[in-house]
Amino acid sequence: MTKTMISIGVMALTTYLIRMIPFTFFQRKIKNRFIKSILYYIPYAVLSAMTIPSIFYATQDVPSAIAGTVVAVLLAYLELPLIVVALSASAAAYLAMLLIPLLLK
Amino acid sequence: MHLFRRGMRDGISIALGYLSVSFSFGILSVQSGLTVWQAVLISLTNLTSAGQVAGVGLIASQSSMLELFMAEVIINIRYSLMSLVLSQKADSSFRVPHRLLASFGITDEIFAVASIQKEPVKPAYWYGLMIMPFFGWTIGTWFGAAAGTILPVQITNALGIALYGMFLAIILPPARKSKAILAVISMAALISVLLHVTLKSLSGGFIMIIAALSASILGAIFFPIPEDQVVQEAET
Repeated sequence: MTKTMISIGVMALTTYLIRMIPFTFFQRKIKNRFIKSILYYIPYAVLSAMTIPSIFYATQDVPSAIAGTVVAVLLAYLELPLIVVALSASAAAYLAMLLIPLLLK
Repeated sequence: MHLFRRGMRDGISIALGYLSVSFSFGILSVQSGLTVWQAVLISLTNLTSAGQVAGVGLIASQSSMLELFMAEVIINIRYSLMSLVLSQKADSSFRVPHRLLASFGITDEIFAVASIQKEPVKPAYWYGLMIMPFFGWTIGTWFGAAAGTILPVQITNALGIALYGMFLAIILPPARKSKAILAVISMAALISVLLHVTLKSLSGGFIMIIAALSASILGAIFFPIPEDQVVQEAET
């Protein structure tokens, strides 16, 4: 019990320090064009690498995940709000889970 | 107050995505032998997905503190990179006390939304942005740990894709307007898939950081940002 609590403390502290140190101790503005370009692209690259290929396993069932992905790509391309895209992807995946077994019968 | 509320609005979809993910974390924690309150305490103090899942696994297997520490550093090292990007993106009103508090809220998703804002990020916006996901994450863990088996499994599974749908909604509109961003996200996706296929033993966090960094470096080589943007951003 105590060991579990200490473990939780170690996890929390380690995770916090990793997040806190660069933000707090590196406040100088970078002027190098190459580094600035890298930093400019990182958020987009991070999101893309986080999404692909994980999105195809996100519903524990690849066909429904593909349905959700197709809907998300279409709605995102049409620039709909984040929450609309997110929930429509879930709804499409859910419908696919219900419908695909019926169609295969 | 206006900025805080705008942040909250932008954080709602992150919070909804977190609800479903943390729900499954809650289920997993209880299955691994933790109490409901220990599971909630972990989410309350860690606010991260992969690091928590790994941590619970290590706690369950009675691992040493050193092992736990090492695992958390390796899995979460990507936050250092985001923390650095954020320090460049932060408004000058972001003094040290704000930085100490705000850095707790650096997650992949909160970071992504904040860093894509056009103007420098102010503390009020950041706090608004992190508050909903923080509650979503903690409450979702509680629900999952306390009542994981009540919701139909198909619904929890379908909610699992919400977060990724949101990511696509963040990156596709700018990619439509900028060939450089389109090239960077395509390269990141391609490298990520290749690494997933070839290096199965590598953790997801590592794959993400390698794919994102190499795609961004390629982007910086082939599509450096305009010189005036460099100067302008350095001045703000």
